[in-house]
Amino acid sequence: MIEMQDAAYGYGAEPLLSDLSLHLAPGSFHFLTGPSGAGKTTFLKLCYAELLPTGGNVTLFGHTATGLSRDGIADLRQRIGVVHQDCRFLDHLPLSENIALPLNVTGKGGMTQKTNLTELVGWVGLTARAEALPPELSGGERQRAALARAIIMDPDMILADEPTGNVDWDMSMRLLNLLIELNKLGKTVVIATHDLALIRAAKQRVQARVLRIQGGQVTAAGADL
Amino acid sequence: MTLRENLLAMVRGDSGADRVVPRSGQSARLTFATSAAMAFLAVFAMALAMASGRLAERWSDALAQSSTIRISAPPAEMDAQTWAVLDLLEQTPGIASARALTTEDQQALLAPWFGPDLPLEELPVPQLIEITETDAGYDADGLRQRLAAEAPGAVLDDHDRWRRPLAEAAGRLRVLGWVALLLILGATAAMVTLAAQSALSANEQVIRVLRLVGARDRYIARAFIRRFTLRALTGAALGAGAGVLAVALLPSARDTAAILTGLSFSGTGWLWPLVIPLLAAATAFAATGIAAFRTLRSLQ
Repeated sequence: MIEMQDAAYGYGAEPLLSDLSLHLAPGSFHFLTGPSGAGKTTFLKLCYAELLPTGGNVTLFGHTATGLSRDGIADLRQRIGVVHQDCRFLDHLPLSENIALPLNVTGKGGMTQKTNLTELVGWVGLTARAEALPPELSGGERQRAALARAIIMDPDMILADEPTGNVDWDMSMRLLNLLIELNKLGKTVVIATHDLALIRAAKQRVQARVLRIQGGQVTAAGADL
Repeated sequence: MTLRENLLAMVRGDSGADRVVPRSGQSARLTFATSAAMAFLAVFAMALAMASGRLAERWSDALAQSSTIRISAPPAEMDAQTWAVLDLLEQTPGIASARALTTEDQQALLAPWFGPDLPLEELPVPQLIEITETDAGYDADGLRQRLAAEAPGAVLDDHDRWRRPLAEAAGRLRVLGWVALLLILGATAAMVTLAAQSALSANEQVIRVLRLVGARDRYIARAFIRRFTLRALTGAALGAGAGVLAVALLPSARDTAAILTGLSFSGTGWLWPLVIPLLAAATAFAATGIAAFRTLRSLQ
């Protein structure tokens, strides 16, 4: 699904990430952890081609990232759902339209998809808030809406960047449950988080691999995780 | 997707795509106002170009088909030379008719300067012969040579020295009108480009979100292009309408051919301003498209 071979990325002369070699298999569940600024977000951006590697090779669904056209990248993102900590909504559109955005931009906003949208909004518990504008939502509601948007295209992979960063523990668990449920449906899930309690809670319920980013390298986390 | 399909998609519109870009913004009003103002000016530039074109043709036509021969000779020889010239003209190919002006005709010509009571018979006024050419025209150099031989006091004036600078001046005015129209279009393109760039910059976050959820560049660009094109079209339609109204209300030329009073359209020429909103829309389409794709390429 996603494969990295000696991949590297740097914002300046110094590489932030280097010698990344790993494979994210279909249906797997990964946590990505590490201190702030270690490169977790950069790693995720390499996974959905918002950044292209400055060294080595990143293969996304069989395509070399650096060889993808802009349309190719857009098509690839229809197979990857991304949840950001800041959610990134269009503030002038109601929640339901924000969630349906991937359908509309790809011309798949048909009747069946609209039914799916209603179900999905219900699944994340936002039926009553469907017509609210994003600035009117709480942090937890925004995160659940972002998750709904990320999966409305039925992607093969879900990348979540600090999805529980702005929510309380109960909401974190609720989001985690949703992600575990998706993983059980066969979706590959990668969650970048520095919340070790969340990782421990997840590991009791799902077979998750924990990757640690430190000093520009990605390593498997120790027994403590 | 071909250009035709793109254009059709643009005309049909997409309510979803139209909504993804926030409606409010200075750039929207700027595009509308600029297009309206530029279209208003463009109507005048077009009217100037077309009026000067008509003027150039009128001056050319009025003078091109006629010539004058002026005979300056002692009174005793005047009649003989006049008849000799008329005989010569009758035999000259390319001349449809020739007529010696009567004393009354010449008096009428001089009346504006000397009044109606001028004793013309007491003055050494030259005899004028008015020539009307056929469409094919005549050989002016050949005629001059023959006149020199047959009537030494006769001088041919084919109006060329009057006609050419007038026609040239009108022709240049026409070119100036079209150049002004082009400059207006260029200025419109520049302003729409700036407005589009401003809108694209202001909506960078929107664009990033759209890219994140899988929107192709074409989809995003189309949302901006359609919006700016429609604004330019409606603004220019309004401005062109106001311009046409203003031109229609200008004083009419009546029987004078003065350029300022003749600044108008005639006949089917009144339909030409309809082209201006279309040109403005095409300019906005191209300018926004270039700006949108340039901005999009800078964002991953």
